[in-house]
Amino acid sequence: MSKTSFLNPFKAIKYLFEKPQTLQYPFEVKEIADRYRGFHKNDWDKCTGCGNCADICPNKAIEMVKIAELTAKPEEGMKDERPQLDYGRCCFCGLCVDICPPGSLTLTKDFFHIHFDTNTFTFIPKDEKMDKETYKSEKDYSIFQASITHRKENYDGFSPDMQYALFEPDRVEMPEIEPDVRKLSFIEQVIGYNKEEARQEAGRCLECKLCEEACPANLKISDYIDAIYRDEPKESLEKIYEDNPIPSICGRICMAHCEDACSLHIRGDSLAIRWLKRYAADQIKNFKEELELKPGTATGKKVGIIGAGPSGLSLAYFLRLQGHEVVVYDELPGGGGVIRTGPPIYRLPLEAIDKDVNYIGSLGVDFKFNTRVGKDIEFEQLLKDYDAVFMGIGNTVSFSTRVANSEKCVLALDFLKDNKIGEMRKVDKQVVVIGGGNVAMDVARETIRLQHLQYPDDKSLKTMVVSLEDWGKLPATDVEIKEAKEEGIEFNPAWGPKEVVLDDKGNIKGLLCKKVKSVFDENGRFAPSFYEEQEKLLESSMIIEAIGQKPDFSFLPENFSDKLKFTERKKVKVDENGMTSIPKVFAGGDIVNINLDAVTAIADAKVAAEGIAKFLLNNKNK
Amino acid sequence: MRELELYFGPQHLGMVGNFSITLKVEGDRIVKADANPGYLHRGFEKLMEQRTWMQNFPLVCRINVVEPDHMELIYSMAVEKLAGIEVPERGKYIRSIFCEMARVASHLFGLWAYANMLGFDTVAHWAMYHRDILLDMFEELTGARVYHIYVRPGGVRRDFPDGFIDRLVKTLHKIGGKVPDYNATFFENRLFQKRAEGIGVVTREEAIRMGAVGHTLKATGMKYDIRKIEPYAAYDQVDFDIPTRTGGDAYSRLLTIRDDMIESVHMIFKLIDKMPNKGEVYTKTPNPFKWKIPAGEAYVRCESSRGELGLYIVSDGGDKPYRAHFNTPSYNHGLTVLEKALEGESISDVGNIMISLYVVPPEIDR
Repeated sequence: MSKTSFLNPFKAIKYLFEKPQTLQYPFEVKEIADRYRGFHKNDWDKCTGCGNCADICPNKAIEMVKIAELTAKPEEGMKDERPQLDYGRCCFCGLCVDICPPGSLTLTKDFFHIHFDTNTFTFIPKDEKMDKETYKSEKDYSIFQASITHRKENYDGFSPDMQYALFEPDRVEMPEIEPDVRKLSFIEQVIGYNKEEARQEAGRCLECKLCEEACPANLKISDYIDAIYRDEPKESLEKIYEDNPIPSICGRICMAHCEDACSLHIRGDSLAIRWLKRYAADQIKNFKEELELKPGTATGKKVGIIGAGPSGLSLAYFLRLQGHEVVVYDELPGGGGVIRTGPPIYRLPLEAIDKDVNYIGSLGVDFKFNTRVGKDIEFEQLLKDYDAVFMGIGNTVSFSTRVANSEKCVLALDFLKDNKIGEMRKVDKQVVVIGGGNVAMDVARETIRLQHLQYPDDKSLKTMVVSLEDWGKLPATDVEIKEAKEEGIEFNPAWGPKEVVLDDKGNIKGLLCKKVKSVFDENGRFAPSFYEEQEKLLESSMIIEAIGQKPDFSFLPENFSDKLKFTERKKVKVDENGMTSIPKVFAGGDIVNINLDAVTAIADAKVAAEGIAKFLLNNKNK
Repeated sequence: MRELELYFGPQHLGMVGNFSITLKVEGDRIVKADANPGYLHRGFEKLMEQRTWMQNFPLVCRINVVEPDHMELIYSMAVEKLAGIEVPERGKYIRSIFCEMARVASHLFGLWAYANMLGFDTVAHWAMYHRDILLDMFEELTGARVYHIYVRPGGVRRDFPDGFIDRLVKTLHKIGGKVPDYNATFFENRLFQKRAEGIGVVTREEAIRMGAVGHTLKATGMKYDIRKIEPYAAYDQVDFDIPTRTGGDAYSRLLTIRDDMIESVHMIFKLIDKMPNKGEVYTKTPNPFKWKIPAGEAYVRCESSRGELGLYIVSDGGDKPYRAHFNTPSYNHGLTVLEKALEGESISDVGNIMISLYVVPPEIDR
């Protein structure tokens, strides 16, 4: 036991002469720590309205509210909602900051709010830019007025930090064949996730569903991703089939508008939604045996579909589930339409297409392949035979540049078609591809493969791409451009074709190009202008034109083609039911939409399926 | 003499927290005491069943107002054990330093309560001030002063800010430098000794039988400390002593608390010297919206400032705990030990004994 005393405590008297330990608050204010978790601040420009903050909030203090002055931009992953805080519930844990994918939410060092009205405790945070009223400069700030709406500017506390984020910003890398190997053959470039990789990648999904609004066909993405995460590929595929009957195709070549909208995309990699769809489709070996979809009860109505492309296939599927009888006509020997002839084998093998097409066929859709409407069967006959007709004919004819001697050039779609379903084309050692879009990339990358197959170990092989657009403005996707570069394709951006130069014998010698001044005019219309004096000659003996494609309406008899109305952008005009200006004729796919991709074609088919159902029902009533 | 029933709390100046004791008294001697909790039941254990694994750590800290940190730690440890997550080395050290800071802050708070209760207002004021400058350090590290919400499943939420260690060491030196003054004014004060010695005696046998832990048990001479018995965080990396006394009374308990605080400060210095300079402070846990933990159960325990704190948690394979149950030291101290210790004591010592046992009522009602 230590010694105790009565007198010892008097030593404390010395404290009378020391500085006081208390502060004369509020005249003396304490410095607030840099990580202080006070009131929220939200950068509306960065905020996407994804609602992850509301989802993670343990106290349900955050609610997403619609903001009238904002417009939703689903394709950019931007909602017109912003978080609203209820400080009667908030526990200032800061989980919302750590989960916020764009990093727009921050906690500040302000924490005073005194008010007689409890409603003021609910408020929608903004930041200094948006809300100059609330955030006061040092000069205008007074601690006597401090409240949620009277705060210091630039007074950030607990801030978003990628190092401590609660989500995983990095994508599971997709195993791919190396460029040096893959350019030697048509082997499928993407290997596909295995189970662990797919589940790990699916586990990154925050389920905010921005992607579902961005997807033209509104697939239930977060549901099927979650099914993959739970290791239920069949359930996942069934979810996909609710909206998309061509998962093997879309899992490989979808333009993945969803991934552009993914909230993880802002500070990390977007979720690999397309590859996960492919994983789900690849896991189920035999759709027919494992999926339990059944055609609807027969309605006795017949629908004829022209073109077995994505829109035609999807429509056939949706109508079949409604119980209608469906016949699909296509001039090709198999289904897929432009998808069958266009995308190269290294991106989309024929087996993947047939897997989807065969399953749709197994539901009772009658495919009439090798049958060209207008030649093997007349369009008018279809109108007579069927209760409704759908045109999903796609863009099947390539444009030509029409510069001098351009008739000697090869057209992109013919080239791709032969390589895919016909005989491989013979290519030269130096090839120029005109165009900067995805088709041009396909052509260039097929060319380099054919060159390596046809001239093994030749060092003089060269594939060049010429495009009007400069770097950064090329219409092709960044991934395509990157992969094309990896494979050794040379780019000549911002050059336009002037003339195809011929030698004495009339063979192609090269492409004379001129420098591009601008591609679009002031009104944003396509009207390229050039520096005529700046020229360069790209030497090659083969030139392929890949500058765009258009539909072929030659199957329509004159009395119908006159009646078919087009929009300003030269697209077939359809109403909200997908019906064209010709009664009972519906349309969709590339001839209707401007996206020119499979998933938008599916979206068109969904519209047309509902439109046709309504139309058939009305007809029945009459 | 006639027996009287006397209600002590929850509305009583001598009562700390929402707690009540029904006393049977004869004159001013207590014949029988009946602890009566239930004024602060917020249903934490049930609430935990409705929150995901990640949403729970901001909740559990609220079970103990005085020392929320060990609640966060025990929850995180339980989840880590269930899910098989390993905490990185630096994260473990930070946890230990954080918990020792919490121990000092909590003991200072206890000292305030105790000194205040006995009327030693000067010491109470110092204790509160020293706790406050330690809370400044917590604020700097975690962003909050009381509910730190800092230890997360997998590690800790943020690394030390730049220059934090220097400021922490300075703060601890500042507090440590006042130990002689505390001693002179309080611990070696004859008045304190007279008020505390022989009050609320719990013998070692009784303490063990009634499940006393922490300083209540240490004050009877038992060296019982989970940090030694079942080391967690980085406690196996440093050498430290477990202070004990033999009296088993309020006086011994208070001196144990003082020595425990001094030992904690020393331990923080040792941990700072030994901790790795760089490295991750947490292990990535799965996406909080999809995190499911395989079915199973776990029991983990740690040494909070009041003694052994345990958590039993069950997962049914879902995204939330199926059941969680805390074993808190105040439960034993506040119900069984307190009732025993009060028997035969004077009414004027009820608060004295209760606070010397360091009963935090919210821990009893979870």
